[in-house]
Amino acid sequence: MTTASKLNRLTPYLFLAPAVLLLAVALLYPIGYMIYASFLDWRPSQYIGEAEFVGFRNYINLWNDEAFRESFGVTLKFAAVVVSLEMLLGVGLALLLDRKLRGMAALRTIFILPMMIAPIVVGLMWRYMYHPTVGIFNRTLKSWGLDPIPWLSDGTWSFVAVVIADVWQWTPFIFILSLAALQSLPQSALEAAELDGATGWQKIWHIKLPLMMPVLIVALLLRLIDAFKVLEVVLVMTNGGPGLSTEILSLRIFRTAQEFQELGVAAAMSNYLLILLMILTVIMFVYNKAVENRAARLRAEAQEA
Amino acid sequence: MPTIRFEQVEKSFGAVRVLPPLDLSLNDGEFTVLVGPSGCGKSTTLRILAGLEELSGGEIFFDENPISGLASKDRDLAMVFQDYALYPHMNIAKNMSFALRLKKTPTAEIETKVKRVADMLNIGHLLDRKPAELSGGQRQRVAMGRALVRDASTFLFDEPLSNLDAKLRGKMRTELAEMRDTLDKNMVYVTHDQIEAMTLGDRIVVMSEGVIQQEGTPEQLFKEPANKFVAGFIGSPTMNFLDAELVSEKGKLLARGDGFNLPLPKELTSNLKDYSKREITLGVRPSSFSTDVKTGAPIELRLVVSEYLGAQSTLVTKCGEAEILVEHESSSPMKTGGVLKFGVRTEELMVFDKETERRL
Repeated sequence: MTTASKLNRLTPYLFLAPAVLLLAVALLYPIGYMIYASFLDWRPSQYIGEAEFVGFRNYINLWNDEAFRESFGVTLKFAAVVVSLEMLLGVGLALLLDRKLRGMAALRTIFILPMMIAPIVVGLMWRYMYHPTVGIFNRTLKSWGLDPIPWLSDGTWSFVAVVIADVWQWTPFIFILSLAALQSLPQSALEAAELDGATGWQKIWHIKLPLMMPVLIVALLLRLIDAFKVLEVVLVMTNGGPGLSTEILSLRIFRTAQEFQELGVAAAMSNYLLILLMILTVIMFVYNKAVENRAARLRAEAQEA
Repeated sequence: MPTIRFEQVEKSFGAVRVLPPLDLSLNDGEFTVLVGPSGCGKSTTLRILAGLEELSGGEIFFDENPISGLASKDRDLAMVFQDYALYPHMNIAKNMSFALRLKKTPTAEIETKVKRVADMLNIGHLLDRKPAELSGGQRQRVAMGRALVRDASTFLFDEPLSNLDAKLRGKMRTELAEMRDTLDKNMVYVTHDQIEAMTLGDRIVVMSEGVIQQEGTPEQLFKEPANKFVAGFIGSPTMNFLDAELVSEKGKLLARGDGFNLPLPKELTSNLKDYSKREITLGVRPSSFSTDVKTGAPIELRLVVSEYLGAQSTLVTKCGEAEILVEHESSSPMKTGGVLKFGVRTEELMVFDKETERRL
């Protein structure tokens, strides 16, 4: 290869380099900062350079920290419960509302409204609805002559309460993605299934759900990633309590940094969460890539045939 | 097999009426082709029969039983779709056996049936593949196979060959014709391609703008078209239509127009007695011209374009201002520009009322 052609091949990289560098610094610096901080015994009053380097001590201590482990468990449980419920309800609603009836468009718009409200507002709203005496739920129960429910003051009920709030806000996300997936299904395949004798349920089970699967898996992973990071709703509604019953990880991190002033420990916690989310993200990318590759391979094979 | 009867069946989408009330009978065991240009209502008719569209009025009877209240799945129909409509996530065996599996047919029976049909259609080696791994022609066969496995009383085809290239379409047409002769089933076949209609149909129903123009055997439609539309739609290249007026000369009836003066067959005389001096449309098939001037009435045509096809050519000519297509048997191409003399076989001429377009 001549020098000139070598240079030609390099030219695009030279032009791109400044932009890539800038992006890399802007993206990676804060993350690097956090990773570095997790190896320090660092107080907010200190300049980061003066903080004591403690190696993996923060990480190891956390491993043995009962409260951290519990909050990790609460987060896992929360994510699993809300995402399962949201998937079930969102997909179910989409299947139900995927039809051409008068007023459907308006109904669909109403269904996605919760998603557009700021989580902090959602938290406040539900907190007042859960209020032990003047909240709508307990007042209604009372008017029916039933005992009030200790929504936010009992460990189990408060977990249920935040789950309901999250499901209320985020089911619409699954709903619109599922609806979009449903509406882009090949109509003639569904008609063929109808002529093949499939009932409504059989069409859902054998045709619609399998064909929606790629979208559903992406929706599931996106929601999981989000559910692991939930903060505001829980912060406003229960502040993690009573006890540690709703102390999700973000809240624990927030508290560790804000109240206990242990920035290094908070950073280490964040990194545990980051690792978990990265695993999920990698799964999503690998899955997407696999779907794409498969589609590309099938297309290529079909063209050869 | 049931006899299928449409009685005053109509269909509107909102304010748009796509099918005015329509009567149609499909005889037992017959291969009926619904043919017409796009938008003529043929696909809608088929989809109403399949139960994929609700009718807006009238009733369809299978033998004497009304079926408009029945869901598609209860009508005992199998259908081949234009885009094949295979289930993308199932392999070919699963695609073909879907209906049988829903009916909880024993596995062994399913396997036998699928294998038999797959072998018949030469797709036996593809059973493990997914639809996306097949070529267009193979998918078409699978779609056909999925319908055949069903053993339904009536088969519906919605333009099944229109997504194939010309060569494959010809091949599949022949195979369909074979299948038609071996299967004793009702078959209803929708197409816009008159060649498919002519080669496959026991009976052809020509539709235009939602209205049935004519029903009949391929031969009837070709030789005795009811009107100008059918005459122009059936036959390839298409029939030439020329404005003319009727004149009587020495007891003979002539059609006279710009550049031609052709005697009409005697049989037409009585039909045309009210039309003297009135304007008519004269229909001449491209195949009615002969280079042997003596075989018919002479006519002079100016050659504009010669479409050389090998064994024959289609000549685009002008007679006065009117364009005339001529089918010309000749193994060598013609030079354009000159004036050619032809003989017209006058017994093949057709006359249409210029206003009603009815054949006279």
